[in-house]
Amino acid sequence: MLPRSRFVPILLGDCPWPRYLWRVTVEPRLAEQNATIALPEPFVRWFGEKGWSPRAHQIELLAKARSGQSVLLIAPTGAGKTLAGFLPSLTELAVRPRRKPGQAHRGIHTLYISPLKALAVDIERNLGKPVEEIGLPISIETRTGDTPSHKRQRQKLVPPDILLTTPEQLALLIAASDARRFFEDLRYVVLDELHSLVTSKRGHLLALGLARLRSFVPGLQTIGLSATVAEPDELRRWLVSQNPPGDMSELIVVTGGAKPEISILDSEERVPWAGHSARYATPEIYREIKRHKTTLLFVNTRSQAELLFQELWRVNEDTLPIALHHGSLDVAQRRRVEKAMGDNALRAIVATSTLDLGIDWGDVDLVVHVGAPKGASRLAQRIGRANHRMDEPSKAILIPANRFEVLECRAALDANYLGAQDTPPLVDGGLDVLAQHVLGCACGAPFRADDLYEEVRTAAPYASLDRPTFDRVIDFVATGGYALKNYERYARIRLNKDGLWRVSNPRVAQQYRLNVGTIIEVPALNVRYVKAGSKGSAARGGAVLGKIEEAFLETLTHGDTFMFAGKVLRFEGIRENECFVSNAPGSDAKVPYYGGGKFPLSTYLAEQVRIMLDDPQRWRELPEQVADWLRFQADKSILPKRDDLLIETFPRGNRYYLVAYPFEGRLAHQTLGMLLTRRLDRAGARPLGFVATDYALAIWSLGDMGAMFKARKPSLGALFDQDMLGDDLEAWLADSWLLKRTFRNCALISGLIEKRHPGQEKSGRQVTVSTDLVYDVLRSHEPDHILLQATRADAAAGLLDVSRLADMLSRIQGRIMHKNLEQISPLAVPIMLEIGKMPVNGEADETLLMDAATLVEEAMGPEMVEE
Amino acid sequence: MNFSLARTSLIAEADLVRIAGERAVCDPRGVLYFPELRLLAVSDLHLEKGSSLARRGTLIPPYDTGATLLRLQAVISDYQPSIVISLGDSFHDEGGAERMHASFRERLEALMAGRDWFWVAGNHDPEAPADLPGETVRELAIGSLLFRHEPSKARVEGEIAGHLHPCARIVQRGRSVRRRCFAGDGGRMIMPAFGAYTGSLNVLDRAYAGLFRLESLMAYMLGTDRIFAISRSMLRPG
Repeated sequence: MLPRSRFVPILLGDCPWPRYLWRVTVEPRLAEQNATIALPEPFVRWFGEKGWSPRAHQIELLAKARSGQSVLLIAPTGAGKTLAGFLPSLTELAVRPRRKPGQAHRGIHTLYISPLKALAVDIERNLGKPVEEIGLPISIETRTGDTPSHKRQRQKLVPPDILLTTPEQLALLIAASDARRFFEDLRYVVLDELHSLVTSKRGHLLALGLARLRSFVPGLQTIGLSATVAEPDELRRWLVSQNPPGDMSELIVVTGGAKPEISILDSEERVPWAGHSARYATPEIYREIKRHKTTLLFVNTRSQAELLFQELWRVNEDTLPIALHHGSLDVAQRRRVEKAMGDNALRAIVATSTLDLGIDWGDVDLVVHVGAPKGASRLAQRIGRANHRMDEPSKAILIPANRFEVLECRAALDANYLGAQDTPPLVDGGLDVLAQHVLGCACGAPFRADDLYEEVRTAAPYASLDRPTFDRVIDFVATGGYALKNYERYARIRLNKDGLWRVSNPRVAQQYRLNVGTIIEVPALNVRYVKAGSKGSAARGGAVLGKIEEAFLETLTHGDTFMFAGKVLRFEGIRENECFVSNAPGSDAKVPYYGGGKFPLSTYLAEQVRIMLDDPQRWRELPEQVADWLRFQADKSILPKRDDLLIETFPRGNRYYLVAYPFEGRLAHQTLGMLLTRRLDRAGARPLGFVATDYALAIWSLGDMGAMFKARKPSLGALFDQDMLGDDLEAWLADSWLLKRTFRNCALISGLIEKRHPGQEKSGRQVTVSTDLVYDVLRSHEPDHILLQATRADAAAGLLDVSRLADMLSRIQGRIMHKNLEQISPLAVPIMLEIGKMPVNGEADETLLMDAATLVEEAMGPEMVEE
Repeated sequence: MNFSLARTSLIAEADLVRIAGERAVCDPRGVLYFPELRLLAVSDLHLEKGSSLARRGTLIPPYDTGATLLRLQAVISDYQPSIVISLGDSFHDEGGAERMHASFRERLEALMAGRDWFWVAGNHDPEAPADLPGETVRELAIGSLLFRHEPSKARVEGEIAGHLHPCARIVQRGRSVRRRCFAGDGGRMIMPAFGAYTGSLNVLDRAYAGLFRLESLMAYMLGTDRIFAISRSMLRPG
């Protein structure tokens, strides 16, 4: 019998040192049950040779799997999660009778799906080693976008026992005509990093794929591996068929041993009012790097990564090997950094969320988080990335970039101590993803609408899908689903007399294969080195540094300098799909790239920050300078109560300002800003623009807003009334670029428009059609078309964060505190400093055109237009 | 002068240009109107582009023809021209006119009634559109003006052309604005594409090389209700 909570480290692959210790919560009854699970003899011998024993959660997972259950395993990094996930498969395959010569090849036994192809490759290596050492007759192969086609074909004929792949490849496999046969022997699906998969449209596509697999193989079991999340039950439902509704997988939770040691940098320098660079702390960060063996530095955006990297090298007197890693860098460059990291050749690495997932890193003994963590769970996952020495807790330092971030870091630290989780709740499955899946199913085999509807609803994200909507999606896939029935003869799928939907011609399946997946790349250009002053053509052949979004490059002029790939670069020009740059060492990067963090402040942390502001007792936990700042605010204005909304108005220069402090995250504030400026405009306040941060919102105007609110024309209650989410939202959304961008994604994912592929960029303006134009036409002719419906739902949940705004507006009903001030308050300083640094919202394109046209007239006189 | 017959209130001084001496209005909706000639020019309607793409499996909304005709109807009813010139690529492909929904065909014929209507042949529609009135021509000279689809390689004073779908881009205060535009240097004018699904190509692209006197090139960018005249020095590529 196994001891109930024996601390035994287990190793995977070639990891040379023992990992952290983990405690498993196992109920006594289960522990008894565990005792009856016997590992096959070769496993016992292998464990013995290594001097290890299987860990309790691994045995428990095996027991549950053997009894036919699907299981969710929640465990921190390094807990031996991967081996646990594969143990049911390995033990089953170990005792499976060998295939006799002449017998047909067996199909896939276990499918492993991870969000990163690099992770699949990593697992192949790490799993291969124990399999070889135990002497198991098991074949393990990967199948990703990089797998050569001859290997893919061979995999179809002679499938491996365990196939490691990605959600996109699964979608392609089930859209093949031999899918049912290919998967007929499937027993398990292992889903790695499930917490990250389920929050995106990739997760929706994967859930539909799983539903399909379950219809091929009714007894299929799933094993989900996840980091700690706020609502494990959501993931448990996700793993199993929702017929019966609400059914859940089994759950095993492994809690960590020692708590990590997290501290907030108590800087000797002045913590800035605003900004995201944390430049003030560079010498202190450098000191920490020198003190530790390997430091992993996390930041929130690519531009922060570039800046921090530059700053560190500026003070790097000892020329320590410090590297940079983010998703826009050239792949070869990233691989070099990853390899150096694996070889323990680096002292520090500056990274963005591209390193959030997956692969274990070298011997990291310090994690530094620069900038606000934005969410408690996110912080915990990032700190968990570091590998640990046996009995040392992991160590992390938080570096707030400005004063509000000090409050946020404090809240995140407390949350971590309490083990609070704030992963976002899961959203309903996208209709665009469903459309892609329906076409994929048709490519695989003819289907009956009734059957597919029942199947789709077994996937948790689509459990509440109604039949009329499903039928409209089918209609959309067939002919576009337009009220004007013009395209019947061009239908992609057709309903035959036998009641089955079939693809109309083989070209449809071809098109589908090219467009599969839900990852939409932002239009980006290669960044290539040339000699200074050259226009490109003469200087081709310089190294490619990576890719930058077209939208940013569009704002540059010849000679502008900016930071990228750890260098200061001069913009030389754009030709076709390449951006030419030259080295500009020693110069300052003139053009700041404001890439606001992708993740808005979590609701949980926002509330903690409000609670902290409302409780002067707790200011003692804060650095003295920050506490002083809050005391000043209390003196000059007022601090918001925990559930109130504070609004300050004051004049400055020849403008009037309104600053609101909802703490609801940048996206919700941006939406609020758009809606408020519309209302203020109607009320005659003549608003000119606004900026939004994670904490506050500032609007400026020509009219005296403070006086208007005092005269109750309009009253603040009326201004912030929830009804703004009705007509005002509709009216604003109609023309908003946010909606156009969302529509583009939906149009590409649903297969309305084909994705462009590399090399296709020059295919000419007549062949393709811009999704913005399609959006305009569709909106004015069929505003309730299903794709617009999908777009609005998507935008509301995503870029607009409408639900969070709605919650806030209802919370603050009757709880608005207005302070009409003579001058700016201490709390308002941070957001006022953002004005001018961030692109100003609310300024119409027409105004910009007007300015440009006026410049022309001023320079050249009005007559020149005439003659 | 027949000037008064047109709705003069529509014609803002700022939108007036001269092409080879002829007065013309660059309408922000993307048409060119010659008040003295009572002539309206419109280019690259690309009617039935939607169904053309649908034929090849891209089922974009079938409302482009209707949307384009509705906008055309609006400008025609405002200016009441006696001559209309559609400067080529009026249909996205040769089968376009046949594919057109009966209701749209009726709407188009109603617009044509009582006017001289010229279909200039384009590269997408080299032949006369099936069963539609109007005269199909390769090019058309009226006074000092020459109307044709593709701009000539050589410099031609007074040439009005389409084909290239010009747009222009400016950057102001860190923001980029891109709009369709008329591109002209006082001698030649290239018109923006009018069709609902037509894309556009920056006037600084190589495709325009040699077409304009660069020092006097202006982009008349289309605003919501006015034209913005921008000189070349303010324009950005891309």
